Amino acid sequence: MSARAFHVARSSRWHLVALAVGIVVLIILVLQPTQWAVLPLLGLNILPRDLITFLTLLALGQLWNLLGGYAGLVSVGQQAYVGIGAYGLWLLGDVFHINPFVSVVLAGFLAVVIAVPVAPLLFRLRGGYFAIGTWVIAEVMRLVVSNIQSTGGGSGKTVISAAQIITAHGFGGVYWMALGAAVASILAVFFLLRSRLGLALTAIRDNDIAARSSGVNVFRAKMIVYVIAAFGGGVVGAIVAFQLLRIQPAAAFSVINWTAYPLVIVVIGGFGSIEGPIIGAVIYFAMLQTLSQYGSWYLLALGVLAVVMATKAPRGIWGWVDKYWHLHLFPVRRRLVMEAPPVTGADTAPKPTSTTESA
Amino acid sequence: MNWVNVFIQGLLLGGLYALFALGLSLVFGVMRLVNLAHGDLGIMAAFVALACVQWLHLPVLYSGVLAVVIMFVVGYALQRGLLNFTLGTDDTRPILVTFGLSIILQNALLIGFSADTQGLQATALTTSSIHITNSLAIGYYPLGVFVFSVLFIAGMQLFLARTKIGRAFRAVSDDREAAELMGINNRHIFAVAMAVALAIVALAGVLMGIRTTFDPTSGSLNLIFAFEAVIMGGMGSLWGTMAGGVLLGLAQTLGAQAFGSGWGLLCGHVVFLAVLALRPQGFFAKTVTA
Repeated sequence: MSARAFHVARSSRWHLVALAVGIVVLIILVLQPTQWAVLPLLGLNILPRDLITFLTLLALGQLWNLLGGYAGLVSVGQQAYVGIGAYGLWLLGDVFHINPFVSVVLAGFLAVVIAVPVAPLLFRLRGGYFAIGTWVIAEVMRLVVSNIQSTGGGSGKTVISAAQIITAHGFGGVYWMALGAAVASILAVFFLLRSRLGLALTAIRDNDIAARSSGVNVFRAKMIVYVIAAFGGGVVGAIVAFQLLRIQPAAAFSVINWTAYPLVIVVIGGFGSIEGPIIGAVIYFAMLQTLSQYGSWYLLALGVLAVVMATKAPRGIWGWVDKYWHLHLFPVRRRLVMEAPPVTGADTAPKPTSTTESA
Repeated sequence: MNWVNVFIQGLLLGGLYALFALGLSLVFGVMRLVNLAHGDLGIMAAFVALACVQWLHLPVLYSGVLAVVIMFVVGYALQRGLLNFTLGTDDTRPILVTFGLSIILQNALLIGFSADTQGLQATALTTSSIHITNSLAIGYYPLGVFVFSVLFIAGMQLFLARTKIGRAFRAVSDDREAAELMGINNRHIFAVAMAVALAIVALAGVLMGIRTTFDPTSGSLNLIFAFEAVIMGGMGSLWGTMAGGVLLGLAQTLGAQAFGSGWGLLCGHVVFLAVLALRPQGFFAKTVTA
């Protein structure tokens, strides 16, 4: 019996095409605030403010998907870390007089400081109860900030250090930070999934008891993912505060803005894929530009869309693309590639069973 | 004496939280579903009662009963028409669907009733109280709600232990496949459980609507309170849920008394987190898995 020769491949020609397109898009986005802006030439007159919203939501969607789609940690409390990041920018920039751009990154670490002790508590809860638990944490953060006099209580604060930069240099810096956050979140998820941890996460998502008995350190894997999502949430929160210049507990810890929107983005685009949140963010952004004037009706429609997608197409739009065209833009999976056709014993050759992960 | 007063307030408030928690716990017990729209469905019931009062000019009592009946039907339909399809798939789907439902309900209520705070008026009932001393009085209404919820939980216990449907609930909870083999229609039992759960949360929503004010977004907070009561009490124990609700009520009112009104809710959450840290299975847990 002769086994067919094969090797395990990750990338394909498609990935090179995707990479090239990605680089072009990135260059266009980087040039946007400069005199070489390309988007207006294409007839897309998007305000910098709206682009920042798009990029921050893309980052949050990517991080939420890492938690919910890959680690099975469905959170409805990521606003806890976004809020901490927003207040972190004020605390570091205005109180400790650290450069606001540095403060944005440090705000992420502030979120990590909170996330590390909180995570083991939350991991005692599972599934839907974990989700509500994350919400409790966000409520705790919101109530603490609202009740402390020095953070401005319910009426909030103005971030003066950031305001000075915006008045002097405009929104370019914030925009590039938002772009950086979006790109970094995509790359972070990408490299994470290609690592050993990525395999562990896939195993946990499929069956965490089986994963544990195969030697996966489930707690550690969940912890790493949760902390990364918290860090990203904190950075995004600081960027949003940098742009808005005004922080308030109700807005900074808003479940709709920082959890529901990213969740809808992921559910529309594709749960459990890197491409999904990107597609979802683009669709969501297009809807936002045209439909947001309808207020509650718009949110109602988003809710309906989320319910319909989650029941009828749980893998989202990218799930369809994957199913019908087998298209992947990010090489995070391993595939078997058959090398030469078998010379002898073709009939008896064992058909290799697919070892492709459903990443 | 003031502290005694506050203590009694918290104790009585706990009864209401327990009622909110009961349906959440029942649904999780029977079908392992955590309904993130649970609180919003309770608030929806309060709005249904409000609509009956305002548009049909019914008395509050009849409006409340009508709301409970309507939510019973809504529960059955919701389970058979939507939620049954999310069960038995991956664990994340029911969470996403019920969260989406929560967004839908909140915004539908906003569209229908605006963001104004509302209340169900039952004047004589809510203002009269038992006078004990000059500084200590117990309201008839909160006391009545508390006694009612204790009796309700006792009745629920009997219902689960003695009736045919109750046995079916427990059978389906223990082993879905075996229950199905014994001739139980799981999908129907799930729908009945959801109907009962929504009737209970409707009751809680209406009673809360009479006690205090509410608005379309009040549901989230009630979901969190219900969840905290369930976890602190321990999964699968009805009396535990009651105890959890009372503990939460006490923590909130005593916390507000000690540190100022803004800190009351926070104290409730902190006590919950402390219980989660020190006794994650809750006080009276009967089932092992969380």
